[in-house]
Amino acid sequence: MKNAPNTAPRLAFQPNWQARIGWIALALYVLWAMRSLDLTWTRFTIGIDNAAKFFDRLFPPNFAADNFEMIVTGLTESIQIAVIATVIGIALSLPIGVMAARNLMPAWVVWPARTLIAICRSFHEVVIAIIFVKAVGFGAVAGIGALVVGSIGFISKLFAEAIEEISPKQVEAVRASGAGFFGVLAYGVLPQVMSRFLGFASYQFDANLRHSTMIGIVGAGGIGGSLFAAFQRFDYDFVAAILLSIIALIVVAEIISGYVRALFSDNLALLDYFRQRDHAQSGREKSANIGAT
Amino acid sequence: MSVETINRTISIRGLVKEYKKGVPVLKGIDLDIQGEGITAIIGPSGTGKSTLIRCINRLIDPTAGQILFQGQDLAQLSGVPLREARRRIGMVFQEYNLVERLTVMENVLTGRLGYVSAFNAWLRRFPAADIEEAFVLLDAVGLGSFAYQRADGLSGGQRQRVGIARAIMQRPEILLADEPTSSLDPKTSVEIMEIMAAMAGKRGIPVIVNIHNVALAKRFCQRMIGMNGGQVVFNGTPAELTDEHLKTIYGGEDWLE
Repeated sequence: MKNAPNTAPRLAFQPNWQARIGWIALALYVLWAMRSLDLTWTRFTIGIDNAAKFFDRLFPPNFAADNFEMIVTGLTESIQIAVIATVIGIALSLPIGVMAARNLMPAWVVWPARTLIAICRSFHEVVIAIIFVKAVGFGAVAGIGALVVGSIGFISKLFAEAIEEISPKQVEAVRASGAGFFGVLAYGVLPQVMSRFLGFASYQFDANLRHSTMIGIVGAGGIGGSLFAAFQRFDYDFVAAILLSIIALIVVAEIISGYVRALFSDNLALLDYFRQRDHAQSGREKSANIGAT
Repeated sequence: MSVETINRTISIRGLVKEYKKGVPVLKGIDLDIQGEGITAIIGPSGTGKSTLIRCINRLIDPTAGQILFQGQDLAQLSGVPLREARRRIGMVFQEYNLVERLTVMENVLTGRLGYVSAFNAWLRRFPAADIEEAFVLLDAVGLGSFAYQRADGLSGGQRQRVGIARAIMQRPEILLADEPTSSLDPKTSVEIMEIMAAMAGKRGIPVIVNIHNVALAKRFCQRMIGMNGGQVVFNGTPAELTDEHLKTIYGGEDWLE
C-alpha cells in the first residue's frame, strides 16, 4: 500500500471545499431572496417605464428665483449643521478614541469607551435624527445632535484602531525619558496617528455634509426638508434643481478636503503643495516626451 | 551637584526576570557597575542583556531582586518616583526609536519631557536654555543643520546621533545603550561609539552598553561583563578578557580565529 505508485496528477492547489460551499450558499440565498421579493423581469420593465416618465419630468431643473432662494437658505443651514457637528464630534472623538485604545489604557477605561462607541455606531444618522427630533423638537439642533453622535461612533473607533497599530518603539523611547502620560501622548503617540486622524476627520466632514442634506427629511433642519416637500408636491423640476445643487456642494467639499488631507499628511505649506503639483505636471510632460522620442 | 560628589554606581542584587512563570531569563544577577567610563555587556543573543538593561529604567519590570542606585531601589519604584528616576537615566536604542513624524529638534527636546509640564510640551514651549542646549548637542553630533527636518528622512547613522542627543538632553546621571551599533555599518559604529565615549568622558556620564561586537567593546570600554544563560560569567577589564572567557560566554570555539 505504502509503495503503490501514486498515478493521480498532483494538484498545485488544494480544493477549498469550505469556500465552494460558502459561494454556493450565497448564490442560493440571493436567488431565494429575489423570489421572495418578487424581483422578476416583468416587474423590472414596469419600473423602467415609470422611471422614464419620472426623469422626463425632472428636466429641465427649475432654478426660478424663489426656488433658488430656498435652495441657498437650505444649503447654508446644511453646511452650518455639518461644520458644527463635525467640529464638536471630532473634539469629543479625540479623548474617547484615546480611551478606547487597548495599548494605552487599562481594561476598565477601554470597555466603557468601546461600549459608548458601539452604541453611537448602532444606528444610522437618520434614525438618530428621528430620536433627536422627538427629544428636542424640529430644527437644526436635532440635526447637529444626530451628526455629533454619528461622528463619535465613526471617528473614535477608527482613531482607537489607528492608535493600536502604532510602533511601540517610539513610545518606549519617550517613556524612557521620564515623560508622564500626557507627554507620551503628545510626543510618542499623536505624531504617529495625526495624519490618519486628519484623514478620518476630513472624510467625516464629507460624510456629515451628505448626511446633513438628508436628515432634513425627518425634520432635523437643512436642505433635506425642502427636498422632501418638493417630492411630496410632485414638484420634480425643483427636486432636480436641489439634487444638482447638492452634487455641486459635495464635489466642492471633496476638492477642499482633498487639499486639506494632502497638506497635513505630507506636512507641506500651502505654497509647497501647488509647487509640488507643478512638479508632478512637468514630470508627466517629461515622460510624455520620452515616449515620443 | 558636581560630578565628583555623586556616586553613580549601580548595584544589582539577586535580579530575576521571568516572562513566563518558572522560566527565568535572568537567573539571580549580582553585579556592581561602576559609576564612570563605559561598561560593556557582551553575550549571545537571547541571554538577557536587553532585559537586564531595560530592568534598570523599568521599561521591563523585574520579577525579584534589587537595583540600587543612589540609595533608591529602582525595582520598587512606581508612578511619579519612577518617572523622576527615569529622567535621570538616558537610553539609546538599537533601532534608534526616534518618533518618525517629529522633527529632529522635537525628538531631541523629548529628552526634556520629564521636566516640562504636559501643557507646555503640547504647545512646544520649552525653556530657552533647553533649546539652546539642544542646538549645542546637535552641533556636537554634527547635525546642527538638520534641526527642522523630520526624523523619517535621516540615515541610520544620523538617526542614532539624534538618539544619543535625545538621551544626553535629559542631562542623565547614567546612560544605557541597547546595542546602539548593531544596525549600523562598521565605520558609523565606530563614530557612534566615539560620540558615546566623548559624552562619558567630557560630561562624566557613566555608560552601560549592550554590544555584540567584541572588538569594538574592547576598544572603547573600561569594563566588560560577559553573560550567558541569564547569568554573569565574566566581569573584568578588556585586557583580562581571554579567548577562554569568550568560549565560556558564547560557547564553542569554531567562531574564534
